[in-house]
Amino acid sequence: MASSGIIGWFEAIGLGDRAAVGGKGGSLGELTRAGIAVPPGFVVKTAAFEEFMLALEQAAPVRARVAELEAGDLAAISACSKELRARIQAAELPAAAAAELTAAHASLCERAGAREVAVRSSATTEDASDASFAGLQDTYLWVTDAASMLDRVRACWASLYSVESISYRRDRNIAEDDVAMAVVVQSMVDARAAGVMFTRSPTTGDVSVVTIEGAWGLGSAVVGGEVTPDRWVMGKITGEISVREISDKHIEHRRAGGGGVEAVEVAEDRRRTPCLSDAELGELRQIARRVERHYGCAQDIEWAVDSRGELRLLQSRPETVWSSRDAPPAARAAADPLSHVMSIFGGRR
Amino acid sequence: MPIPTASREFPRPSSLKVVPGTEGAQAAYPYYMQFTAGDDSRFWFYNSMHFPEPMSAFDMVTAEAAYCALGAANTRVHCLPTTLGIDYRILNGRVYIGGNGVTDPAEIARRTEEFKQRAFYYYENWERLYAQWKVKMLALIREAQQLPKVSLPEFEPLEHVRAGRGIASNHYLLETYQKTLEGYFRMWHHHFEFLLLGYGAYMTFFAFCKKAFPEISDQTVARMVAGMDAEIFRPDEEVRRLARRAVELKVHAHFVEGRTAPEVIASLERGGDPGREWLEELKTSRDPWFNINVGDGFYHYHRSWNDDLSMPFAGIPGYIKLVQAGETLERPVEKLQAERRQLIADYRELLSSDEERGAYDQMITLAHRVFPYVEGHKFYCEHWYTNLFFNKIREFGELLAQHGFFANTEDVFQLTHFELESAIVDLMTSWSTGSAPRGPQHWPAKVAERRAALKEWARQDTAPALGPVPDIIDDPAIVMLWGITRESLDAWLSAGDGSNASTEIRGFAASSGVAEGPARVVRSVEEISRLRPGDILVCQVTNPTWAPIFQKIAAAVSDIGGSMSHAAIVAREYGLPAVVGTGSATSRIKDGQRIRVDGGRGVVTILQ
Repeated sequence: MASSGIIGWFEAIGLGDRAAVGGKGGSLGELTRAGIAVPPGFVVKTAAFEEFMLALEQAAPVRARVAELEAGDLAAISACSKELRARIQAAELPAAAAAELTAAHASLCERAGAREVAVRSSATTEDASDASFAGLQDTYLWVTDAASMLDRVRACWASLYSVESISYRRDRNIAEDDVAMAVVVQSMVDARAAGVMFTRSPTTGDVSVVTIEGAWGLGSAVVGGEVTPDRWVMGKITGEISVREISDKHIEHRRAGGGGVEAVEVAEDRRRTPCLSDAELGELRQIARRVERHYGCAQDIEWAVDSRGELRLLQSRPETVWSSRDAPPAARAAADPLSHVMSIFGGRR
Repeated sequence: MPIPTASREFPRPSSLKVVPGTEGAQAAYPYYMQFTAGDDSRFWFYNSMHFPEPMSAFDMVTAEAAYCALGAANTRVHCLPTTLGIDYRILNGRVYIGGNGVTDPAEIARRTEEFKQRAFYYYENWERLYAQWKVKMLALIREAQQLPKVSLPEFEPLEHVRAGRGIASNHYLLETYQKTLEGYFRMWHHHFEFLLLGYGAYMTFFAFCKKAFPEISDQTVARMVAGMDAEIFRPDEEVRRLARRAVELKVHAHFVEGRTAPEVIASLERGGDPGREWLEELKTSRDPWFNINVGDGFYHYHRSWNDDLSMPFAGIPGYIKLVQAGETLERPVEKLQAERRQLIADYRELLSSDEERGAYDQMITLAHRVFPYVEGHKFYCEHWYTNLFFNKIREFGELLAQHGFFANTEDVFQLTHFELESAIVDLMTSWSTGSAPRGPQHWPAKVAERRAALKEWARQDTAPALGPVPDIIDDPAIVMLWGITRESLDAWLSAGDGSNASTEIRGFAASSGVAEGPARVVRSVEEISRLRPGDILVCQVTNPTWAPIFQKIAAAVSDIGGSMSHAAIVAREYGLPAVVGTGSATSRIKDGQRIRVDGGRGVVTILQ
């Protein structure tokens, strides 16, 4: 389980390694090291991507092709994307790298006692609080063997050259040489339910509540907006549940027969059943507090609970909407502490 | 006066009619409590929080004495900048009240200067003044206890003659009555000496919390401030203590669910030394802690636990079961205190800056300073003193009944306090002249008329508010004491639009938790015995002295009350889901309907 130039196990990496392991990988490492339950895994560092791209660039230019694209020229971008993605997908990994990844994968499967992994892109620009383009890269769930894993790693790399990703970079004039992609390989959580949570209120910005959204099955249905999740608002400190909206969760994302994910209909009697118990909500709240304390700022977290009821975090990143707003203090310390009562007695017009 | 638009107006006072056939009873109330034409231009609301049932002629003394003292404190003593006192009127037995705001900026500025000199002095010297208050209050209670028993001998006792007292017993009737009445008016001044200032300091912290943490629940703020050993918890703690003693003394078998208090006591008296020992324990609990009303103390029939032991005795069997199940009934005060400290520290940590934390510290410090009064005064004022007062009046009722004025003692409460004084003078006169008193010809018919009117008025719904809706409610007294805001008035207005069809009723989230069960709509204290385990209590106003039954019900819902109300505090203590201040639960929920109470959200749902 030793880390190397191209492999970084979660236990060995943190946010400080973002340039090498990407935002998602750094965050998962950070959580693991903070003692938060995260499915075990490793990161295929950007060095592997660089090595792979070097070989590819030698055959024909890649980055120069993207750099010369005109922002907004969708036709040119689409054509270029199609060509580059096909090239990435078709190329073999350098033999040494492929061997190292396969060994790491075997080691992970042994440790987890299961063969299934998730392969998730972890861009170096992704998940930073100043440039949230989360979701532009791909995630592959229920990848069942080493060969498929390698294939999905290339697919993640290729997603860096999707039409959306290229457009995003061209629009913002992000230099192509600065762009690299790490890939997370992580044990799959057989999610009974999954979703997201914010360590503040998305509607009022209140930092004293935790907002939790979740639905049956894998979190992809919630993140992708394919199902209206159950929603709870809890006092971060008190645990009081002030909002309890149980939705009609008509579909859930489940493992597909041959690997991957499929959307299946939820049986009538489960649709309106809360996907989390109050005890699980309480546990999520505690995790939210720990993660927030660890980072020192409000967090946007992805979670899953497996069939045994065990909670795992899949992602945590700084909340970006409210933290960028500077709210004035509710009140300031006064020279005469009694003067505060004038806010009540002095008239409120 | 701007002309209010139709949609923004409640019925005007002049459009409300005295219920036909009750005109005589309505006319009995003093002239200054009757609506007049000029009242149409003002906003009034029905004070169902304090006076949820029609007020008998005598009981109006509570409104009178309380508003007299509240107004004095606000208008003249502390000089609240934006408000004077509260005006009150009575119609069909219902007490309507209206604030008396100050709007002229120059006058507000002038009053602000006065206020700071006065109120700030109180805040700065709170502990000393409150310690002094308790001494004054206990002295007042002692004075009331020491008033002579109301009686008229046939002949003046020989020892009075030999002592050369020179003043006959009939005179002492008047003196005792006037002292009784005077003491009651005085008590209400004590009651309001700190009240608005105390609530104001609490509300300052409350408003800060709502601004800093927009979604914080009212009950969380209340928990940060609430005291752990307030007098209000004590009566119920005594009931728990008695339950524990019953088990220790092995006399618990005498406490059979459904047995009346006198039956239990008789059975204990036959139960040898342990039974008698328990009865001694009961005695120590009774004085003073059972001087607590089964209501808010504002009605003569809100008898104290001492007058009627059925309430505390109703709680004992349940507590005995808990003791036998190995539960400790003592409130873990130290643990609760540690939890409160942690809660305060945790919220403090969430604040965004040291500057904000500084303000938080200043406000919560003041809130903690004032809170012992906010929580403690009720026991001394509304409970202990009020019991003494009504029981003293009862002695007059008994004497007058003996002389044929009334068919029974309780009829005395159908006279205003002015009328009662006239009846007493009538009796004094007849005792001295040796002629028959006139009262027996005069009062029985009036009493019958008024009793019939009260019954009729109780059957009628009354408008929650009257007159034009003000644009804003800027009266700290009304906002703090009654929780009335523009939003709540709009809700009342729309409730009158036939939107009652909804099965959802909203109120204040007073104590979190969700419970389902059959609704027991309890309109008066006498109906408490109808409550069965698992029922949901639906009432106009809950009272902390109902605590012993809180262990047996599943949840509580009230028409009136804020999350700061004592009932809310006690419900939280019990972990009993509660929604208060719904405005209309007792009229919209039918007895026996299945309902769901979500105390964390403040929502009651009618399920069938």
